[in-house]
Amino acid sequence: MSTSVDVTLSVNGERVARRVEARRHLVDFLRLDLGLTGTHTGCEHGVCGACTVRVDGVIVRGCLVLAASLDGATVETIEGLTESGEIADLQTAFVERNAAQCGFCTPAMLLTAADLLSAAARDGAVPSREAIREHIAGNYCRCTGYHAIVDAIETVATARAGKGRS
Amino acid sequence: MNDIVDPRSLDRPNSYIGRSVPRPNIRKLVEGAARYVDDVILPRMLHAAFVRSPHPHARIVRIDVSAALSIPGVVKAFTGADLAPHCEPWVAVLAHLKGMKSAPQRPLPLDVATWAGEAIVAVVAETRALAEDAAARVVVDYEPLPAVTDMETALDPATPVIHADLGDNLVFERTNESGDVEAAFRTAHKVVSATFHTGRHTGVTLEPRSILADFNRATGQLVVHHSTQAPHMIRDVLARHLRLPEADVRVICGDVGGSYGIKVHVYPDEMAVAVIAKLMGRPVKFIADRLESFSSDIHARDHRIEGRLAVDAAGRILAFDIDDLTGIGPYSVYPRTSAVEGNQVVNLIGGPYDFAHYRARTTVVLQNKTPTCQYRAVGHPIATAVTEGLVDLAAEALGMDPLDFRLKNLMADGSYPRTSPAGMKFEGLSHVESLEALRKMIDYPALRADQVAARARGIHRGIGFASFIELTNPSPFMYGIGGARISAQDGCTVRIDPDGTVLAATGVTEQGQGTEAIIAQIVAEAVGVPMSSVRVVTGDTLATPYGGGTWACRGAGIGGEAALRAGRATKEAALVVAGSMLQAAPDTLDIVMGNIVDRAGGAVRMPLSELGRIVYFRGDTLPAELPRELMQTRHFITTQFPFAFTNGIQASWLEVDIDTGMVNLLKHWCVEDCGRVINPMLVDEQVRGGVVQGIGGALYEHCVYSPDGHLLMGSMADYLTPMAAEMPDIEVGHVETPTRESALGAKGAGEAGTAGAPAAIMNAINDALRPLGARVFAQPFTPARILAALGRIPTETA
Ligand code: FES
Ligand code: FES
Repeated sequence: MSTSVDVTLSVNGERVARRVEARRHLVDFLRLDLGLTGTHTGCEHGVCGACTVRVDGVIVRGCLVLAASLDGATVETIEGLTESGEIADLQTAFVERNAAQCGFCTPAMLLTAADLLSAAARDGAVPSREAIREHIAGNYCRCTGYHAIVDAIETVATARAGKGRS
Repeated sequence: MNDIVDPRSLDRPNSYIGRSVPRPNIRKLVEGAARYVDDVILPRMLHAAFVRSPHPHARIVRIDVSAALSIPGVVKAFTGADLAPHCEPWVAVLAHLKGMKSAPQRPLPLDVATWAGEAIVAVVAETRALAEDAAARVVVDYEPLPAVTDMETALDPATPVIHADLGDNLVFERTNESGDVEAAFRTAHKVVSATFHTGRHTGVTLEPRSILADFNRATGQLVVHHSTQAPHMIRDVLARHLRLPEADVRVICGDVGGSYGIKVHVYPDEMAVAVIAKLMGRPVKFIADRLESFSSDIHARDHRIEGRLAVDAAGRILAFDIDDLTGIGPYSVYPRTSAVEGNQVVNLIGGPYDFAHYRARTTVVLQNKTPTCQYRAVGHPIATAVTEGLVDLAAEALGMDPLDFRLKNLMADGSYPRTSPAGMKFEGLSHVESLEALRKMIDYPALRADQVAARARGIHRGIGFASFIELTNPSPFMYGIGGARISAQDGCTVRIDPDGTVLAATGVTEQGQGTEAIIAQIVAEAVGVPMSSVRVVTGDTLATPYGGGTWACRGAGIGGEAALRAGRATKEAALVVAGSMLQAAPDTLDIVMGNIVDRAGGAVRMPLSELGRIVYFRGDTLPAELPRELMQTRHFITTQFPFAFTNGIQASWLEVDIDTGMVNLLKHWCVEDCGRVINPMLVDEQVRGGVVQGIGGALYEHCVYSPDGHLLMGSMADYLTPMAAEMPDIEVGHVETPTRESALGAKGAGEAGTAGAPAAIMNAINDALRPLGARVFAQPFTPARILAALGRIPTETA
């Protein structure tokens, strides 16, 4: 139905080369071509945030990015961040605080939270609850009501800041 | 009989009931390693896409699929007529809802489309994208028919009848009446009244409805991977309507990305997928997209309620008089029916209060809109908003403080068991204790002082309360007696394995509430092993005892009690073997943290793994007649009360910007009594999630239709849901009044938040607006509606 494009990119540190349909978005590419099912789609309209992944170090909505545009890019997903241990403390905080219920929003929520936490670390500040809420305001979660998620992120931000000082 | 669970045992080893332990199955969620239906890929799998009606009501004149089938990779297309011979139609009525009627429904309609979004043609292809390409090429000629959209006029003689065979658009009508309402209103000191609207809204599960059906012609088995709350119910439906033996249908429910009642119903497009899989002998997957979710997931709460309340001069409530009208779409939804929501409204209004005279009527009518059915807290948010809205009006009319007025009228804590004027049986509630707990939590005098100070600065803050009751642990009185094959019983099988670990298979299911965690907690404590030694199996009809699944807050109360009994029975059976091995009377032994110990003194005699080794591999060393039944199954069903009611109270503290009409939520509190709390952290999170869902309905969420029946929203950009930035922190408190129907004493906790939040928000907004003489009663309380109530914009623009 549509033309195909050859792309070579890095996904979670692995080099992958694929021929993709021009219309295939990044989430379908990750899920269907690479079997990385940790990234979800909830709307495919760019609204719910469930598809959040990292491209070249920046969080993006995977449903709004075409795989064909990613030749040479570096993509990181929940699987990669888990493997590298980069967000291990955040994941543990989500577990201990029950900041995930059905879990469908969770991988994307973690990527969004990690983005805030690294920005906070750069500024050497602990974000307020309002700032945390503002930062995750593009990630829909129907289950938790957000309070536990804010708690978990706040815990990690505080702990990381404490470590930074010591 | 079994001892009731004693929370004082908390300080013993392996006592988990009452502890905030993390969920053992949550790690996969944070690592992206969960397995939802769309993550399952089978060999030769096809993908279904649907052509949906663009018309609210239209005759299907002609269907042409030839262009669709010409696309390489598109395998087949199916119309209603293609599927009809292979699937029994269904009619969603319940015998105990007297006079209820609905029309037969099929996977795809034969000749008339009855709502915009109804699936008309199914196309299957090698990929989802191809299936969608093909669906776009299907030509359907329609002859539009006049649509029934306004529920107020649905029964007028001039309004077209949607299903001619039914004679009219009336689905169900019931008046629940006791006492002498007319006399009470005649002699009342004051009467207050209002017309309430609850906006039609929907569940918006982040994971859309998902099904993967796989029929193996050689074995005759249909295996269905389904995002559902009730695997055994779905299996029964598939077996009966596809004419298969129940034993040949297996429903597997892996991880579920949210349900809230949305995924407990029979959807025609999902039935179509199962029929197509059976016809083709291949796996067929269907994952709804967001637009399909908005137009074909059940909607809920499309009600208009006229309410009156009478009080005497002493400030006591005399009577409620209620007229509820609800539009449910063109079909009652199978098998729970779409009359239950209205029926709940007339059962629950006035629920927390002590009064004598009651009249509540519900009228349930058809419309050409998306079908409505049970969604989290079914009927409760509506009943609570009406009750608490009228209660606040009465307090205001009497010049009383809203908490004082409630205290005067709430059912007294020592007055149970009792039956309400609406006929609800209450075993034991704690309205007064809950109110007092809330009063302390919120620091009421400080809030009122802040309100006064803010007003002086031109800032309008309000505090709103909502006492509520919530129906949980349903018995067969909810569905079974009406003929629905929905199990009120549930079961659990507990097995000790050779290495001393324990498997628990349960009929209740997990959709994120923490079902598997609480079952593990209960079984670990009942058997006497560390929680880390317990594995829980849910969501597979081949592997679990028959049960109802998780809905109406029954997971902990029903499933938990079955688990407790199965765990205790397994321990008893293990101690019989241990007694023989150790030459001791079984009742002098116990199991603690995975070891057989002396009951007196606690000396460790042997690990459970040694017992497992002997039973499974050296059974020859045990006496021949010794029972060695290390696997026990128990079932539980409630028998004394039709439902286990819970209760609680919520408070909302917010600010209304009278220039923009925007509501800024400052804080929310909930005190809840759900009986024995198995895991306080999980209960709190259920309450918080529920509160926010209630806030969504109160402030944002609305399925808006044009006057001619077209759904005007189709994406999450125009259907607003609560997002983190607008939500407040939510404080949760507990009172524990365990049910005595079970040893565990647990009632449900999943719906209380949703039940009370809209009422608390409404009352807080009206409290903020009171000095300005404005009030709102129509949800969602949008800025436009608030500005209209303030007279700042014309009403019609709201
Ligand atoms: S799926 Fe990308 S934002 Fe919703
Ligand atoms: S945990 Fe279910 S959507 Fe967030």
